[in-house]
Amino acid sequence: MIPTPLTRRATDQPPVVFRNARIVDPSRDLDAVGTVVVAGGRILAAGPEALNQGTPEGAEVVEAEGLVVAPGLVDARVFIGEPGHEHRESLATASRAAAAGGVTTLVTMPDTDPVIDDPALVDFILRRARDDARVRVHPMAALTKGCLGQEMSEIGLLGEAGAIAFTDGRRSIANANVMRRCLTYARDFGALIVHHVEEPTLAGSGVVNAGEFATRLGLPGIPREAETIMLERDMRIVGLTGGRYHAAQISTSDSVEIVRRAKDRGLDVTCGVSVNHLCLNEMDIGTYRSFLKLSPPLRAEDDRIAVVDALADGTIDFVVSSHDPQDVETKRHPFAESADGAVGLETLLPAALRLVADGRIGWPALVAALSTRPARRLGLDGGSLKPGATADLILVDPAVSWVLDRAALLSRSKNTPFEDARFEGRVLRTLVAGETVHRYRDA
Amino acid sequence: MSASGPRGIFPHKHLLGIEDLRPEEIVMLLDRAEEQVAVSRRVEKKRHVLSGRTQINLFFEASTRTQSSFEIAGKRLGADVMNMAVATSSVKKGETLIDTATTLNAMRPDILVVRHHAAGAVHLLARKVSCSVVNAGDGAHEHPTQALLDALTIRRHKGAIRGLVVAICGDVAHSRVARSNIIALNALGARVRVVGPSTLMPKGIERMGVEVFTRMREGLKDADIVMMLRLQRERMNGSFVPSVREYFHHWGLDQEKLDYAKPDALVMHPGPMNRGVEIDPEVADGPQSLIAAQVEMGVAVRMAVLESLAEQLPND
Repeated sequence: MIPTPLTRRATDQPPVVFRNARIVDPSRDLDAVGTVVVAGGRILAAGPEALNQGTPEGAEVVEAEGLVVAPGLVDARVFIGEPGHEHRESLATASRAAAAGGVTTLVTMPDTDPVIDDPALVDFILRRARDDARVRVHPMAALTKGCLGQEMSEIGLLGEAGAIAFTDGRRSIANANVMRRCLTYARDFGALIVHHVEEPTLAGSGVVNAGEFATRLGLPGIPREAETIMLERDMRIVGLTGGRYHAAQISTSDSVEIVRRAKDRGLDVTCGVSVNHLCLNEMDIGTYRSFLKLSPPLRAEDDRIAVVDALADGTIDFVVSSHDPQDVETKRHPFAESADGAVGLETLLPAALRLVADGRIGWPALVAALSTRPARRLGLDGGSLKPGATADLILVDPAVSWVLDRAALLSRSKNTPFEDARFEGRVLRTLVAGETVHRYRDA
Repeated sequence: MSASGPRGIFPHKHLLGIEDLRPEEIVMLLDRAEEQVAVSRRVEKKRHVLSGRTQINLFFEASTRTQSSFEIAGKRLGADVMNMAVATSSVKKGETLIDTATTLNAMRPDILVVRHHAAGAVHLLARKVSCSVVNAGDGAHEHPTQALLDALTIRRHKGAIRGLVVAICGDVAHSRVARSNIIALNALGARVRVVGPSTLMPKGIERMGVEVFTRMREGLKDADIVMMLRLQRERMNGSFVPSVREYFHHWGLDQEKLDYAKPDALVMHPGPMNRGVEIDPEVADGPQSLIAAQVEMGVAVRMAVLESLAEQLPND
């Protein structure tokens, strides 16, 4: 396990007991009503029998009947403007938004300005997070220098500095030989390579999913094959090199099949999906709403259904927010000219809970994809409520109905695709190392 | 409704695309345009329905003929017309489209005529200004007044549109004219075909209610109207088509290919033409060509649109 960069005053926190909560802990296949006891920054006990040891002295007791306690979310794809574009988002503002959304660990992307391709910059992120952030922050470092896709970065040194994985963020590595070398070299360090799978020349100047809708809007389309060709290529190179690989986001039914086949072959491969691609389709773009301009683009409804099914059956390993704050200068343009990306830290769980409400997936499978599996794959603390684990957890009221007011978002940028959306389920309280870092109203 | 029938009220604040119009609203605009044809042919062309109104032609993309057409239309109706070319100036200074809109809005125009190279830009502007907005072409999305003028031209020469076979030929993928025409002509009961190389055919176009042909002779067979589209020069040289020579050979309209259409078939082109690329000069200037007529109808249609929108403007 990589030590957390967060220096918590864990032992100063009074113990907390959540009674009669529905405890969802995929790390132990636990989904039962019981009690969670937090003390000294750790989980003392969590389960139906947890109170056998009694309530710790001075504990705050929370009556949580009808509420859910789950491990805090581990968001494996978060873009932050710091360094370089702090006016969009800083680590401080992102971590506030994360806490409000139930995200206790956020994993940052390296395509900042400057790019995080030097150990000193990894150190900068960790120190800044230690000073400013309410939640845990772990940086991924650039896989290639400058995220330019040409020269491999210092994977060994960057890893020692605290980078938890290697990626070029928004960019794909078009050069197959560079990818081959990266996967081969990273294997020596056990490093995980995370890749945005989009064949750039095939994506071209496209801005939406290629198809009838793109044609009607008169916008250039990105064919699904831009994703599947790159993903298929990567699977072949993983087979060639034996590297550890994670496809950052997939969005099509064919991509699901490619990952499934690779896993069946025994390759060390995982993949993620953004909550946007689970909940929205290309039609949601409506009349050129640039807040829904994403990369990969929102796909057709049958692709959305396919990725939801693949999440439910475990083929897709992570759900991420792909939080990508963009300010008015980059979003207030005609659709094709506006930047890709949407904020998502605060809507990650509420949006994902739509799938639970629809009966497409259960709470345990969802929490596994939002927390347990990403923590495990990235080698991080978190994702578990087993006794002794660090007390990163969330208390959720699944019955609260609410409407998203864009202005109320804590993110510095407000480019949400869920403006005015109705949600059911809200994070009432977020704990990191036993400390309450967010509280909704009086929860 | 006929040209002499009772006038309906045009129920929209903006004209952003043909897609937003119901068939009877398209017909109403065409009927109104008929009246404007007569006005434009008089010696005294000036009317006063837009007296005191300010019309700003905001062109982010150069277009001499569309801009002049809107300018003449506005002036014939008595509006104060101002042309603003913003292709370079404010954009280069980093101003966003919405900043431009806010600035313009403060000048209190009554009608904004907007052309922009990006699809949807006009919709974005329309949400941010308080006046009426007319789409004069947004990227590869729509060019509604072009579709209306094409429909008017066809109706005047063929008497009706319902049942006609219209072949729209060439660079369909990048053409706003094609999209608007497909929607308009379908709404008016024509049978629409699109013809061109597959590289210039957008995915899913058949679901817009057209038949797709990749060979000109098959696509033109028994057509009543052959509508040619402009091929942008940057799309030649290997990226979409191998060469001008090859394109003209397969998809350029010459008399031999035109003969596959009905004997009384008419030829249209939104202009400006690339003679010898998508159309043979003899056909362009020949007896079946309606290209000059289209320009005349353009002014009439734009007068009809401006007049219809003006009726929705506040009077206080």
